Amino acid sequence: MIPRPRPQRFRLRRTMMFMNAQKPGLIKDAYIYGCDSIMLDLEDAVAENQKDSARFSLYHALKTIDYGDTEVIVRINGLDTPHWQEDIRVCVAGGADGIRIAKCESAQDVKTVEAAVLEAEKEFGVEIGRTLLMAALESPKGILNAYEICSASDRMFGVAISGGDFRRCMQTKFQPDGVDMLAARGHMLVAARAAGIQCFDTVFTDLDNDEGFMAELMQNKAMGFDGKSLINPKQIRPVHELFAPTEKEVIWAKKVVAAYREQSAAGVGVFTVDGKMIDIAFIPGAERTLKLAKACGMDDGGLV
Amino acid sequence: MTIEKSAVAGTLESSDAMVTVEPSKNGIELELSSSVMNQYGRQIKAVVLETLDRLEVKNCKVTVVDKGALDCTIKARVECAVFRSCDKADKNIPWGGAVR
Repeated sequence: MIPRPRPQRFRLRRTMMFMNAQKPGLIKDAYIYGCDSIMLDLEDAVAENQKDSARFSLYHALKTIDYGDTEVIVRINGLDTPHWQEDIRVCVAGGADGIRIAKCESAQDVKTVEAAVLEAEKEFGVEIGRTLLMAALESPKGILNAYEICSASDRMFGVAISGGDFRRCMQTKFQPDGVDMLAARGHMLVAARAAGIQCFDTVFTDLDNDEGFMAELMQNKAMGFDGKSLINPKQIRPVHELFAPTEKEVIWAKKVVAAYREQSAAGVGVFTVDGKMIDIAFIPGAERTLKLAKACGMDDGGLV
Repeated sequence: MTIEKSAVAGTLESSDAMVTVEPSKNGIELELSSSVMNQYGRQIKAVVLETLDRLEVKNCKVTVVDKGALDCTIKARVECAVFRSCDKADKNIPWGGAVR
């Protein structure tokens, strides 16, 4: 039995890789790829008549395999299926770090899942509040209700858009410049930031189109996403490289954080670093840069 | 649990195992074939028998075709096949109890 440490609501989640929970060949060594989180899937990747089998496989994987620092999230079946309650029981009993709610459309959906999670935590003697939640927004209604979804529970750490279903609802398809989902991505980001949780972009499914993948990543980074859902290990490295801060950004962030600590200890609130005005508003951003730098091996993380 | 009808779980993919359980009256009859029989045959057999014991299955013909599955996968496939044979695989599984 592998006791997993208590999940952290806010941690680095640049890459979240999907894996079919029913396939032992995939899930047995998923930690070697070095993604920040793995997403064991009980939903679309698992055929309707194998949902039961996938849960047994998932339970023993969670209990036996040491995923180390890799976060383990499970995507459960939608609330309109007969599967989601047992999905939640197995996730909680197995000690998954978090649950991804598929096709989430309202705060009520989050609360419904939260109630079942709480019940399962009591049933299996798991610490109350341990199991985190995130929601996947897959429909126009989900996007429009993004803020109420993001702020529906203290367990919520993030929200993700799911491109396939969303584009279908919108009667559009993938566009290289991202215009098909620009409004939805933007709206979801604003909602997530307003609620103080993380925000993740959808998968990029054309594995042979490296150029298109990079273009989408750059747009993701520019828009302010925390990370991206992935379907193949080869997509991990480009994301980590692109989401890494530049050398210049790291040096700047270190100066800002060090100066802030010094100045605030001396009772000064606003000051300058290299001629630029700095106050407390700059600190969370600088600390985030340093955390990223530490995760990327660019900095010893002495200041964070 | 009593094996009420034949049931199968698992696949023949690499790292997996296909487990079939069938009703029987002669205790546990295990038939095992494995791609790693020489190295792990005894271990696989032990895991299958332990799992059946935990589920309190007394009579069962069990056929395992192993393709290099880890112990945790063997357990998962045996349990799923047994629960399926009783039509109990879909809900209220005793996670952490008989299934562990």
